[in-house]
Amino acid sequence: MDMKEKMPITPVTPVPTPSVAIAAEAREDGPSTVEPGQPEPSKLDAEVAAPAIAVSREANAGPQLDTGRDPKMSANDVSVFYGEKKALKDVSIRIYEDLVTAFIGPSGCGKSTFLRCLNRMNDTIPSARVQGRIELDGEDITSPAMDVVQLRARVGMVFQKPNPFPKSIYENVAYGPRIHGLSSSRSELDGIVEKSLKRAGLWEEVKDRLQESGTALSGGQQQRLCIARAIAVDPEVILMDEPCSALDPIATAKIEELIHELRGRYAIAIVTHNMQQAARVSQRTAFFHLGELVEYGKTSEIFTNPRQQRTQDYITGRYG
Amino acid sequence: MQQASGHTLKAFDEDIERLRALISQMGGLAEHAISEAMRCLVQRDTEGAAQIVQDDKKLDALEIETERRAVQLIALRAPMAGDLRDVVAALKISGVVERIGDYAKNIAKRVPLIESAGRIEPLSLLPEMARLASGMVHDVLDAFVERDAQAALSVCERDEAVDDFYDSIFRALLTHMMENPHNIGQSAHLLFVAKNLERVGDHATNIAEMVYYAATGIHMADRPGKSPRL
Repeated sequence: MDMKEKMPITPVTPVPTPSVAIAAEAREDGPSTVEPGQPEPSKLDAEVAAPAIAVSREANAGPQLDTGRDPKMSANDVSVFYGEKKALKDVSIRIYEDLVTAFIGPSGCGKSTFLRCLNRMNDTIPSARVQGRIELDGEDITSPAMDVVQLRARVGMVFQKPNPFPKSIYENVAYGPRIHGLSSSRSELDGIVEKSLKRAGLWEEVKDRLQESGTALSGGQQQRLCIARAIAVDPEVILMDEPCSALDPIATAKIEELIHELRGRYAIAIVTHNMQQAARVSQRTAFFHLGELVEYGKTSEIFTNPRQQRTQDYITGRYG
Repeated sequence: MQQASGHTLKAFDEDIERLRALISQMGGLAEHAISEAMRCLVQRDTEGAAQIVQDDKKLDALEIETERRAVQLIALRAPMAGDLRDVVAALKISGVVERIGDYAKNIAKRVPLIESAGRIEPLSLLPEMARLASGMVHDVLDAFVERDAQAALSVCERDEAVDDFYDSIFRALLTHMMENPHNIGQSAHLLFVAKNLERVGDHATNIAEMVYYAATGIHMADRPGKSPRL
């Protein structure tokens, strides 16, 4: 597969990039999500632990939880149609920078469809039509004025099957920053590659063989390489669509640990079939069923005391 | 919230049912131990009392069995939500029921120590108090098996009657002791018997709280519409 063909090179190209985690065009505001103002982990935990607002007993409790602070992304009454079929029904949810949000639900429930709305991946499906408003930092990303290419640099994606380019480890990570003009010199680019690989927890394993092919790595390493590739363009949000389902338990644990470390630096939304994984990595969980957001709440609540019968049946293994 | 239907994995249902059955069995034994202990006390049946002490070992063994099965279930089935609350409740309840058995055993151990028959008025109150307390144990364990939060609540309300019994027996025994210092030893034993029964009622109340949480996911103290306790 020639990735260059699939990768939009110029910012004017609205053509999406279905199989690529990163996309073109540097963000104008440059790297900003990270460093100085970063809250301490303990502070984060305190914030998460704060009982603040009681979880609404109604379905779709999203708007009631975590009120009083600005979400990184918010979806308001988002529906998706595939042709005539309404695959996603009026979903409203918020995603926060310091929280990992997990989407769970049986196959076909709309969770991946919803995830793909968040960086307009559904644009790539001709029959798909998206309704509703989705905001990134308050800006409507569904508007025709939104530069999709730029959007996907800000909202990166990691897929179920690791999909490194058939190029060297170095090139896999350097590709995005280079075409986006994020670095002005080779040494700067080297720095970005090293930083990204370190954040992805892969640096120690590959630093002596950066010129080897990315596809020669193990599955777990490939997936971390894809995460490094997503990180390299300095996104604000990382979407993960079942990032561990092709990995063994050890590689899975490493990815989960990585998610934990990345939390706070990037807003993370993850789709998973593995409920234990959702319980392990996330602070907020959304349960989807038949295209509806049935319940959204604190992960600790959802897995010990869900409000909705359908959630209870699903997570306890009584569904269907 | 009701557990609508069985698990997709039938063996999971069987495991949970087995755990419930163990708790029921423990409850039956504890209840029987209390009523037997009271019978032995009233009838001065020292042999029967010795048997109760022996039989308590069965409860201890069942508690260990419950713990083993609960740990195994958590490890192998990774229960969630209502299932998880049920398993944790079973684990805790088994410990409490074992404790209730210990109180019955303690009463039985006092039977040979309470010598002369002599008419003691409080002795006539004790069996009634025991019936109340063991009735609470019986009903609260039924509530657990049925996941019936309302039944658990009504068990709690009955604890007050047990406490009232204790207060009046306490006063009666005190009077009895003051009247005749020869009665002190015997009365002290009976006071402990009453205290044990009062503790059984408290433990049944604790179990009721566990059952309520397991069934609803809400702690009894936080339940909606709860009137403030005096």
